[in-house]
Amino acid sequence: MVTMTKAVAPHLASGWLLILRRDVVPVAVVLLAVLALWYGMAYWLNSPGAIERVLDPQGGWTWRDLLRATMGMERPVMPAPHQVALDFYGSLTQWPINSPRNLLFHVAVTGKATLLGFVMGTALGLVLSVLIVHSRTLDRALLPWIVASQSVPVLAIAPIVLVILGSLGFSGVAPKATIAMYLCFFPVTVAMVQGLRSPQKMEAEMMHTYAASRWQTLWMLRLPAALPFLFPALRVGIAAGLVGAMVAELPTGAVAGLGARLLTGSYYGQTVQIWSALVMSALLGLTLIAGVSLVERAALRHRRGL
Amino acid sequence: MESIALSSLETPGQMAVEVRNASVVYQTADSPVHALSDIDLNIADGEFVALIGPSGCGKTTLMRVIADLEKITDGQVLVNGVSPHDARLARAYGYVFQAPALFPWRTVLANVTLPLQIHGKNRAQAKAIALAHLERVGLIGFEGKYPWQLSGGMQQRVSIARALSFEPKILMMDEPFGALDEITRDRLNEQLQQLWQRERRTVVFVTHSIAEAVYLSTKIVVMSPRPGRIVKVIDSTLPDERHLGLRDSAAFTELAHAVREALADGHHD
Repeated sequence: MVTMTKAVAPHLASGWLLILRRDVVPVAVVLLAVLALWYGMAYWLNSPGAIERVLDPQGGWTWRDLLRATMGMERPVMPAPHQVALDFYGSLTQWPINSPRNLLFHVAVTGKATLLGFVMGTALGLVLSVLIVHSRTLDRALLPWIVASQSVPVLAIAPIVLVILGSLGFSGVAPKATIAMYLCFFPVTVAMVQGLRSPQKMEAEMMHTYAASRWQTLWMLRLPAALPFLFPALRVGIAAGLVGAMVAELPTGAVAGLGARLLTGSYYGQTVQIWSALVMSALLGLTLIAGVSLVERAALRHRRGL
Repeated sequence: MESIALSSLETPGQMAVEVRNASVVYQTADSPVHALSDIDLNIADGEFVALIGPSGCGKTTLMRVIADLEKITDGQVLVNGVSPHDARLARAYGYVFQAPALFPWRTVLANVTLPLQIHGKNRAQAKAIALAHLERVGLIGFEGKYPWQLSGGMQQRVSIARALSFEPKILMMDEPFGALDEITRDRLNEQLQQLWQRERRTVVFVTHSIAEAVYLSTKIVVMSPRPGRIVKVIDSTLPDERHLGLRDSAAFTELAHAVREALADGHHD
């Protein structure tokens, strides 16, 4: 036991160093560069307003005064990172979770629509891809329409869908999930068509010699073979679904959701609030993608190179 | 002659494979390609038949026809007395491809249970059968591994176990050891020979190695290209009990010489 710990310990230490050098340092360097650029932008963009409203336009102040003024304005053109961080932190800690002033409240609303749309879009994408792979007619008939559907801007589709679904009595999460689904299904369909067709001729012929049914070939060969194609598409899909859900919140004048938060922020010139909502939606997007990656790892853990 | 042909048709059970005047013609842009031309071949139950010839002689096509992976354009093929299509649906044969074609997402055990699962065996039954077959190819202890964790030779042994797992009456092998090094190949040839000795299952084996064909088979079918046809059928004079040492015997050399002559004849026409 003693010799084992001795042998393992230096290995572990070098492992951590390696992770630090390989993963942490590059990310930290970029983060610092972004923060520096952000502060620079805030100083530059806020200077005219600060001189006009906070300082004396006639002069009589130093660049230090200007710097201080640009970093703490009420409604800055470009809020400084620490202002956004404080607003972000304050919204999470100073308000109850069910208050519209708490960002997590909006995360829950938008996240629900995104996830529902993601599940619906993935299901639609899977069904379409299976139909396309199994029928030459459907391949020719469906694929052009599927591609064409994505060339229509979602911003144009969203109000139409909301109006139609609204007239049918659907409101709340359903219309938003529908828009999210509209953006989600496409990458899933395209990737799965490719993935379901990825097995070699030999593997398909082998199933043929076992007198396997189409369904068995789909279930035991095509679907497992397509999994490595599916997960990258799911990552793209869930990010697109988040965009769809937020876009769907814009034209309705919704009162809840990250999109609504962005909109009210811009109505009232609350730039800090806009940026907080933006940061929160980025974090939500990253979390959703990380969730997909976790499932991917679990599902493909036995495959080579993963 | 006629009465013999008739009697063989009346008792189809004796013949594992019967091929009568079979042709396969591919239509291409300029001229039709005769992949197989007027093939006649009988394979009796329990025979080990090697199909040998240069590239393009149709040896793989002939086996694919028997396995219902390719359609004949003319003639008749019977497998266990029925059409290749019905034989395939009756799971009459196991097919070993040039590459192991194992599913990378399945363990060794799950790869061997695949055909059993397709044929509707329950999980416990399939597992027991698969383990028994893995034991026969010497892979007990590897059942939990994934294909990429195994060497090429071991992977091909898994694919043999998989082909035999549902106890087909015929085993078809399409250059199964072609991609392996010579040492591994020798060992697998020996194991395959022992397997055949134990079970006397009908084997159809495609190869372009004379030594492999002579060492393994009871009957060597020499083929030639353009058009794909059978040049000569040589019955083995070697004793049934084979071992690698036989390859230095006079009988072996003589037989190999006969095969080589037949191959050369095919080229001269």
